[in-house]
Amino acid sequence: MSEKELGQKWDRCLADCAVKFGTGLGLGIVFSVVFFKRRTWPIVFGTGLGLGMAYSNCQNDLRSRYVLHSKYFSFEQK
Amino acid sequence: MEGRDLAGEKFRKFPHTNAANPCLLRCFYQCVCGKVKAHPLQLCRRYSTAGDSGSTAGKIVAASLLTVGGGLGGTILYAKWDPKFRANVEKSVPYSDQLFEMALGPPPPPLVTLQKKPGKIEPLQISSLSEASKESKQPKAKAKKSDPAPVEAPAAVEEAPAPTPQTLKDEECKDHHEPVLKERPAEEVTARLAQQDKAEQDALAALTAGLEESLGSTAKTTLQAIGAQEAALTAIAAHTNKLKEAMDSQTPPDEKSSQWKALNEALSERTRAMEEAEEALLKAKGELENLSGVINSSKQSKINTARPQILAAEENLHSMIVDLDKVVTKVQTAQTEAKIVSQYSELVNEAKAQFQQELANITPEIQANWKRLSGKLSADDLNSLIAHAHRRIDQLNRELAEQRVREQIHIEVALEQQKLEDQKALERAVVSALEHSREDMRLEQEKKAQEVREVMEAEMRTQLRRQAAAHTDHLRDVLKVQEQELREEAQEILNSKMMEQETHYRRLTQEQLDTFTLDMNAAYARLKGIEEAIDSHVIAEEEARKAHQLWLSVEALNYTLKSAGADFPTEPLEGAVGVIKENCAGNEFAQALATAIPEESLSRGIYSEASLRARFFDIRRLARRVALIDETRNSLYQYFLSYLQSVLLFEREQVAPPAKLAPEDLDTFKLLAYANYSIERGDLELAAKFVNQLRGESQRVAQDWLKEARLTLETKQVISLLSAYANAVGLGTTQAP
Repeated sequence: MSEKELGQKWDRCLADCAVKFGTGLGLGIVFSVVFFKRRTWPIVFGTGLGLGMAYSNCQNDLRSRYVLHSKYFSFEQK
Repeated sequence: MEGRDLAGEKFRKFPHTNAANPCLLRCFYQCVCGKVKAHPLQLCRRYSTAGDSGSTAGKIVAASLLTVGGGLGGTILYAKWDPKFRANVEKSVPYSDQLFEMALGPPPPPLVTLQKKPGKIEPLQISSLSEASKESKQPKAKAKKSDPAPVEAPAAVEEAPAPTPQTLKDEECKDHHEPVLKERPAEEVTARLAQQDKAEQDALAALTAGLEESLGSTAKTTLQAIGAQEAALTAIAAHTNKLKEAMDSQTPPDEKSSQWKALNEALSERTRAMEEAEEALLKAKGELENLSGVINSSKQSKINTARPQILAAEENLHSMIVDLDKVVTKVQTAQTEAKIVSQYSELVNEAKAQFQQELANITPEIQANWKRLSGKLSADDLNSLIAHAHRRIDQLNRELAEQRVREQIHIEVALEQQKLEDQKALERAVVSALEHSREDMRLEQEKKAQEVREVMEAEMRTQLRRQAAAHTDHLRDVLKVQEQELREEAQEILNSKMMEQETHYRRLTQEQLDTFTLDMNAAYARLKGIEEAIDSHVIAEEEARKAHQLWLSVEALNYTLKSAGADFPTEPLEGAVGVIKENCAGNEFAQALATAIPEESLSRGIYSEASLRARFFDIRRLARRVALIDETRNSLYQYFLSYLQSVLLFEREQVAPPAKLAPEDLDTFKLLAYANYSIERGDLELAAKFVNQLRGESQRVAQDWLKEARLTLETKQVISLLSAYANAVGLGTTQAP
């Protein structure tokens, strides 16, 4: 169903967002704990990174249909 | 006034109303009409005026009756007086003739017309017949008693000449009675004529018979008389001769006695003959008188054709009379002669007697034998006789001498006597001759008259015959002409009738032929039609069966369509469509249609409209949310914006789509509104059309739905086509009862 596609996409998007957010958060926490002496900016950065990536993914996913795919064809003259 | 109207109403509506209860009815009416107005005075006035008007009405009725009665009576009376008027009225007014007949009796006969008619042939014939009958009747009336005429109508006409003047006069009289006599039918006339003829014939026969009878008897008697007279004559002659002989003869005495005997015999014979002759003569005379009487009476009858008979009878009579007279004269002469001779013989006898006396005186014994002078006489007697005879002779001689002397005187006396007698005889003879000649003359005259009459009659007959011939010729001609005309007419009629009959017959036969041909043709056509009908019926039945099957299968297909649930599609239509394909193997259209069903529906089935409708709501929501997203705008932000737009945009959910789409109508929201409207109205097709106009993400979102809708629509269309086709075929093949 084409109408379910959008929903699926949004589901994926959200799931992805959640994952990325979580992952970003996690990595941010880790990095902030590990590397950056428990500063908050790596958490935010990681979260942001995660959200950003999720956003981008979501956008790409949602945009996927309109993206023009090109292919190179080489014609070899034999 | 209203009371009056009420009363009038009452009168009109209840004409039999008893006028004695006006108040009750008036009250009733008032109750009915709802008007309570009491005008008893006016009512009474009404009654009084009604009473007056009643009397005047009566007067009018009486006057009109009187007028009508007077008119009728006057008409009847005048019709009684004037038949022409009666005829006119009868002609003009339909049933007046019955009225007149009832009142006056039958109309008088039209006398005028008959008097105009004598010019015509037919009545002329009757009139001629009647005239002839009249003419024949005239002599008939006169000669009714005794005279039959062996004639028929021509003879009756022949009789006309004798009583012609009379009949003419009578005809003139009879002409006035022509109308009455004319009406006698011909049969009666002929019957009367026949009757008259018969009567005539009877009379004639009677007359003839009478005449003949009398003639016969008279002839017989006359002949008898004549015979007797002749016998007498001969007897007289014989007697005379005998006497003479006896006187003069010189016979011997024995023969003398025989002579005397013979003489006596002859005498007796003579006397007998004379007596007989006398008797016969008397009888003959009587018969002759009879005959003459009969002839006279028959002469009086005046039947012409009996005249020759009468004449003949008369002639016979005359001849008989003549003969009789002749014979009588002969007898008389003979008688005179005989008288002379008898005188002589008487003398002689006297002498003889004297002689005998003397002889007797002398010889008394011979007295008895005087007559028989046979030889019984003795010689004495003879002598005495002779002596006496001598004496007698002497005496006689003396007397003779005396006689001679007186001869002359005697002769003169005798001559005178003879003269007288001769004269008498002459006179008698003359008289008789005259009579005879007169008779002859009369007879001749009558004969001549008869001849002339006959000639005239013959002439008249010929003339009449000519006339009759002319008449018959004329009649013949007329009859011929009539016959010709009638024949022609009859022929014409026959021809026309024959033609009619022929044409009729031909027409009938033609009609028969035509009807037969028609019937045959019709029967043949019907037969053909029946065969064709049966064939087509078979075909139609076949078709109907096929159509029915098709329809059934289409119905099965339709039924499978119903098997769609809320969210799941129908059963795959493959089976039903396969059945359809089987059922309409020879039907290209159905095959095409069946193959036109999309594959998806066959394999997977289609969604029902309801499910599509339900799905559309989701689609709509989603499409509204992604209304802004298309190729150019497809970032998340745009998604957010489009979502925001869908939330913030208020519009009517359903908008009636316009007839034509303008470019500004191609907005998503509008389109969705139109589609919603359409789908809410059940028009999936229009909704699909609108949804098809979506662009961008909305389009992509609605893609599947559109596909499904398309599928459904297609299938439904094909199925509806099929069902329509099946219905059409079914309608086409079903035959109206």
